[in-house]
Amino acid sequence: MPDKVHVKTVINGEAVEFLCEPRDSLLEVLRDNLMLTGAKEGCNNGNCGACSVILDGRLVNSCIVLGAEIEGKEVETVEGLAEHNKLHPIQDAFLENAALQCGVCTPGFLMAAKALLNENPNPTEHDVRFWLAGNLCRCTGYDKIVRAVLDAAETMSTEVNV
Amino acid sequence: MAVEKEYKVIGTRPIRHDGVDKVTGRALYGADYQAAGLLHGRVLRSPHAHARIKSINTSRAEAYPGVKAVVTAGDLTASQDKIVDLGEGAVNLKFMCDNILAREKALYQGHAVAAVAALNGHIAEEALELIDVEYEVLPPAMEVRAAMQDDAPLVHEDMKTDEMGKASDKSSNIASHFQHKKGDIEKGFAEADVVIEHDYVTGTVHQGYIEPHNASAVYNADGEITIWCSTQGAFNARGQVAEILQHPVSKVKVVPMEIGGGFGGKISVYLEPLAALLSKKSGRPVKVLMSREDVFESTGPTPASYVRVKIGATNDGRITAAEAYIAFEAGAYPGSPVGAAAMCVFSPYKIENGFIDAYDVLVNKPKSNAYRAPGSTNVAFATETVIDEICKKIGMDPIEFRLLNSAKEGDSRVDGPVFPRIGFVETVEAAKDHPHYSAPLEGKYRGRGVATGFWPNFAFQSSVSINVNPDGTISLVEGSTDIGGSRASIAMQAAEVLGISAESVHPTVVDTNSVGYTDVTGGSHTTFTTGLAAYEAAQDVKQQMIERAAKLWEVDADEIEFSDGIFRYVNGKEEEIDFKGLAEKLGQTGGPLMGRASVAPSGAGSSIGTHIVDVEVDPETGKVEILRYTATQDAGKAIHPSYVEGQIQGGAVQGIGWALNEEYIYNEDGQMTNASFLDYRIPTTYDLPMIDAVIVEVPNPSHPFGVRGVGETPIVAPPAAIANAIYDAVGVRLTELPMSPERVLKALGKI
Repeated sequence: MPDKVHVKTVINGEAVEFLCEPRDSLLEVLRDNLMLTGAKEGCNNGNCGACSVILDGRLVNSCIVLGAEIEGKEVETVEGLAEHNKLHPIQDAFLENAALQCGVCTPGFLMAAKALLNENPNPTEHDVRFWLAGNLCRCTGYDKIVRAVLDAAETMSTEVNV
Repeated sequence: MAVEKEYKVIGTRPIRHDGVDKVTGRALYGADYQAAGLLHGRVLRSPHAHARIKSINTSRAEAYPGVKAVVTAGDLTASQDKIVDLGEGAVNLKFMCDNILAREKALYQGHAVAAVAALNGHIAEEALELIDVEYEVLPPAMEVRAAMQDDAPLVHEDMKTDEMGKASDKSSNIASHFQHKKGDIEKGFAEADVVIEHDYVTGTVHQGYIEPHNASAVYNADGEITIWCSTQGAFNARGQVAEILQHPVSKVKVVPMEIGGGFGGKISVYLEPLAALLSKKSGRPVKVLMSREDVFESTGPTPASYVRVKIGATNDGRITAAEAYIAFEAGAYPGSPVGAAAMCVFSPYKIENGFIDAYDVLVNKPKSNAYRAPGSTNVAFATETVIDEICKKIGMDPIEFRLLNSAKEGDSRVDGPVFPRIGFVETVEAAKDHPHYSAPLEGKYRGRGVATGFWPNFAFQSSVSINVNPDGTISLVEGSTDIGGSRASIAMQAAEVLGISAESVHPTVVDTNSVGYTDVTGGSHTTFTTGLAAYEAAQDVKQQMIERAAKLWEVDADEIEFSDGIFRYVNGKEEEIDFKGLAEKLGQTGGPLMGRASVAPSGAGSSIGTHIVDVEVDPETGKVEILRYTATQDAGKAIHPSYVEGQIQGGAVQGIGWALNEEYIYNEDGQMTNASFLDYRIPTTYDLPMIDAVIVEVPNPSHPFGVRGVGETPIVAPPAAIANAIYDAVGVRLTELPMSPERVLKALGKI
């Protein structure tokens, strides 16, 4: 077995160090090494988006990123979305809109939505549907998820304007 | 006309109780289980669809560094033919055991052969490659009609058909054959002006929950087994594990973790007994996970089917007779949902003359399992498109045809049961009145279709206990796994009884040692049955609280009234106290107070929905786009309308996926070639419009709030509605699911 790799990174704004095998995915590192189990494994090959995190500002499937690759980078996970126990507007919108049922895809959708709104603060329904097509949900039929993201965009742009 | 009851909590849309945990990543699902010394388990699976296992040698795997335990079928107590009833119908224990670990034969690609526990998942996967299995590959039976032939390869050499309740003496892949008859079918067809008959074929489809199966177990030295898993029913999982391991049921505790979708596919256990055996052998906690490929190949998809439906009607639109031949692929062991299909095929129409001929057929595919209204979607695709064709032939609006032929209270189904009050007419009228139905639809390749879906709904058994807290809230303890917001819908029923807010209820789903027996979250029963248990437990609390108030005021309990959350005494002296005020005084009126109820009701009340869809067919590519979708459904009474809408929308979209994309594609050796979410393509946000869910409320007389389960019905209508819309758009009838671009192009004569 090869030696473990020592990785220094920033996760949810905090400096983190860990050891991992060179073959460990970022998803495995988050879940098994760092106990950040919010990112879920749904497919382990980049098809479902349940493991979505934001890596240096870019939305990625953490199951197809290696843990060793995040050396010197910044990772945002669902655990960092709420600030000081105040929910992020996207989280509030998901609750208000009942945009989750079983909830296992929800962390991935929240991170994907955050990445979308970072890039495009005023998306149309079409924009939302196009952007979120990499995140699979089997419970909701997506209707309420799309509405939640549109609502969150509106709330966030109002907050900015105020 | 009955006056609608006024409710304070029911019908409102509070934030679900588990919501914050689920949007912050704190909710713990099965795979999130962690423990000191945890080992990771993986399963070796047969690459062959049908093969005799000549030998298994695990010695190289056992010697591999980091491997702590290996198990094969030899580690299971020799399985035996024994019929056990675990709450979802009787099953043969031998089949259940053999499905956990193959013994003499591997019966499908993906059939578990051995399992390994190691220091991490990578090591376990490497060790699987070191297990030497010698197979004698056999020809597989892969398709229901071929499997029924006399010369088909036999999945079980000694399987004798249960022929209308009697064992036949011939070996066959037909596990069972049964019929339902009503009236005089020949006379009925003789009275018809129009008779339409077609064959329909549907592929194998998967529930497609996003969370793969998982199970963690600790097998203690004293024989106490604890299992943490994602299951639709902790008690059912407990019962299965106890039977498979031949272990006392009281020494198995199942802790239900949050579950990432089930839809019927997380009722059977697959990994739980393996995790327990690996823990027993290694002496350590073991977590076993499936990959997505495992989920497709090794769990219980819903069956492929061959269905032939023949319906006769008069020129003025009355059905005179209906006949169905239904053959379902059970998979490797008997027990497809063909029985349920026979309940649904002609429901909810009023049929005087009916005949149903049904077969449960073994093939070399994974043992099929429930998937949302199991069986109903397959047969509704047939019936609802035949009806559409009749409507076209006699020139009648499909909505009017349904209104004319709807079953009503007192009518009987072809399979026997008599309908209580149902809401078929109301859902059809809601569809008719919806702006969608009268909206203009222009464009050459565009069409509109209508179809109705039916599910009988089931009522199983549930238990709830309630503890009153000194701050005027209650803790509600239940055993129903919450897959789609049922903590809220159950809590709200208790809140309504006690006159407190939804937020004043703290619901918890607990393990099998901590609540009374509760059946699976399935059969659309949870909001009905567990909701009824919550209602009864809250009534118990209310009555005890009345007695406490009587003690406080030194009056007779039967003179105290309770309404709107206030206890009142008005006979002579006037006293009143609200729920919170009385809760604060429990200590001085007799101490802690808990209510409880265990229920086993009947009268779940059938669930019916009518859908309208507009599609556009691309004649160049064969792709069908959903332009607009409206789904009406009778919910009896929607406890939390948002989550009822969610069930309708989610079910409709699963039905759309089944209609257009989803199927298992096998090669000639019986191996699945599309076992990933890339190649087994479920609908994405980009494939869909908004889904307009219209809740119709025809109260169920068997529930105090009128609840009907809503979860399953919405998947039933979409394939037929879309097929009818495709016909409306381009004038061809598709009779095979999914209606993929390739099949559409073939139907159009383009390829």
